[in-house]
Amino acid sequence: MAADPREDDLPSKPPVWNDPRIRALVFQIAIVIAVSAFGYYLFDNTLTNLEKRGITTGFGFLDSQASFGIIQTLVEYSETSTYGRTFIVGLLNTLLVSGLGIVLATLLGFIIGIARLSSNWLIAKLAAAYVEIFRNIPLLLQIFFWYFAVLRALPSPRQSHDLGGVVFLNLRGLYLPRPLFEPGFGFVFAALVAAIAGSILITRWASRRQEATGQQFHTIYTAIGLILGLPLLTFLALGAPLAWELPELRGFNFQGGIPVIPELSALLVALSIYTAAFIAEIVRAGILAVSRGQTEAAHALGLRPGLTLRLVIIPQAMRVIIPPLTSQYLNLTKNSSLATAIGYPDLVSVFAGTTLNQTGQAVEVIAMTMGVYLTISLVISLLMNWYNKRKTLVER
Amino acid sequence: MSKLHIMAAGTALALLAAGTTAQAGATLDSVKQKGHVQCGVSTGIPGFSSADDKGNWTGIDVDVCRAVAAAVLGDANAVKYTPLTAKERLTALQSGEIDMLSRNTTWTATRDTSLGINFTGVNYYDGQGFLVSKNLGVKSALELNGASVCIQSGTTTELNLSDYFRAKKMEFQPVVFDTSDQTIKGFEAGRCDVLTSDQSQLYALRIKLADPNSAMVLPEVISKEPLGPVVRQGDDQWFNVVKWTLFAMVNAEELGITAANVDEMKAGTDPNVKRMLGTEGDIGVGMGLGNDWAYNIVKQVGNYGEMFERNVGKGSPLGIERGLNALWTNGGLQYAPPIR
Repeated sequence: MAADPREDDLPSKPPVWNDPRIRALVFQIAIVIAVSAFGYYLFDNTLTNLEKRGITTGFGFLDSQASFGIIQTLVEYSETSTYGRTFIVGLLNTLLVSGLGIVLATLLGFIIGIARLSSNWLIAKLAAAYVEIFRNIPLLLQIFFWYFAVLRALPSPRQSHDLGGVVFLNLRGLYLPRPLFEPGFGFVFAALVAAIAGSILITRWASRRQEATGQQFHTIYTAIGLILGLPLLTFLALGAPLAWELPELRGFNFQGGIPVIPELSALLVALSIYTAAFIAEIVRAGILAVSRGQTEAAHALGLRPGLTLRLVIIPQAMRVIIPPLTSQYLNLTKNSSLATAIGYPDLVSVFAGTTLNQTGQAVEVIAMTMGVYLTISLVISLLMNWYNKRKTLVER
Repeated sequence: MSKLHIMAAGTALALLAAGTTAQAGATLDSVKQKGHVQCGVSTGIPGFSSADDKGNWTGIDVDVCRAVAAAVLGDANAVKYTPLTAKERLTALQSGEIDMLSRNTTWTATRDTSLGINFTGVNYYDGQGFLVSKNLGVKSALELNGASVCIQSGTTTELNLSDYFRAKKMEFQPVVFDTSDQTIKGFEAGRCDVLTSDQSQLYALRIKLADPNSAMVLPEVISKEPLGPVVRQGDDQWFNVVKWTLFAMVNAEELGITAANVDEMKAGTDPNVKRMLGTEGDIGVGMGLGNDWAYNIVKQVGNYGEMFERNVGKGSPLGIERGLNALWTNGGLQYAPPIR
């Protein structure tokens, strides 16, 4: 006879192996162990096999002398630099083309995306044609097109197009004059910084005043005047402390100045135009996602179409635009590795190409290269997620 | 979804692991078993290894593969080709994807000692040179200060080039392409003043130009480029087979044995010829082959001189002189240890 009859009435506690929570935990632990063991097996297996075949391993090669030339280097580099240095040079070249590409693709993409929604028939159709053409042709072909088409149209260095004897354009690239800063130029920079800071303060003051009193202030003109005027006045007051190093034809090619190699231009144009087609569609989708009522309400309040777009539509559309935009930025960065096809010295061409071949350290070099792309992509994701969080709907 | 990803990634990695664990072991046995030689060649260098519109491979490097197949399997056509870029070639050999690499690869200390591969000999003595457009008016490489130079990535030429310019205190701008086709296209478009590569390749690339006469090869040779077949380290038997296949071709030329007269010579009395063609002694068996190994090579592929003239010499569009690649008896460097 049971001491407490209620105990029998309770549903019996399930055995441990049937408890869903414990079971879920066990499975997760088992999977983590299995994946780690598999990863370790691969790592160990690779090392063992490399050793068995007499292939040198390790990262010591990064300190040996590279002895090969690179056409575009953003930091000091010569043939006597190390393989580690080639990594930095390649990385910076990749960042340069991706960074510029992201800016250009975004600008172009927004313009085309908005143009496609224009009520002007011709503009809308042109934008639609742009999108359909450029996003449907493989990127590699576009890169070849811009490289070889543009290259063939340009003259040889001896018959360069020149712009007032200052800027030169030929097969070997675009040559710009290089500014040489003389002592005292620091003040001009200081004036520029001060002007920018002043403009920000004025903008804040103006918007506070508008919220309080409704009076508007010509912020844009004031800011432009300040940012252009103040450094210019300082510059003239100091007696123009700036000289220019002009490119000049010596031997086969132009020397001096800032050379922009055609590989960079072709890659940048191809990447921007290709990615802009996708961004345009994202922007269009974002704008269409904002209900028509918002536009009507804004118009009813008396806002002009430009203001409606800027103050009402775009801020709401951004919430839809940002997440897919992030993917496009990541795509652009990763696509920049196609540079190797036209000889732009990016990370894949310089480090995973020449350095890999000279040293033969395939596993190490490829691992480092993959690590770099992973890091760049994660950083972009992180920044865009942070921006996205700021833009998400704050419910009150 | 995520489980599916893990499984997909796992499968990919397992394949990778399988690729690296495939033990080199006895390459000779595996070649005999599968019935063909898997040979790594270039993606298309006329005279060395290039495929015609029917997919038939020809060239001096291809003939080395064919000779190995003839020696091992008795059939020079039992070869399967894997076209490789300069960047891929050594990895393909290391990973066991190919049995041998015959792709104008320069024999250097680093490659021979630290990459787990062995060079078996030299089938072409080359040196790096320069191709320039004739209207540039340049007669010597010493006039190239400040020039833009087109070059193929992943080759020893990149190092030689910068060493040469540094030693002569000259400046240059390297424009690095991925394949030799892109390199010559860049040169033709005028992206660079000079194209640099092994001299043999310059002649081969020159005939790819729309107007081959618009460009010329400068006289300077700035490096030693001994090109030869490569095998994986650690399989001495296979190393010997490839090495002696090459030696057999050189010895055949020295002894005057050709594809046309090999049967006649075999019936002759010269003991050197008899040992080589297998009517005397057991040299082939000692290598793990049949005693007719060298007979098959000469009968089906020819001797070294025939191979040279047919692919890159007088009998070809390239028209390269024997030069360094003449027999040692004619003032060249081609010399093979005796077969006895």
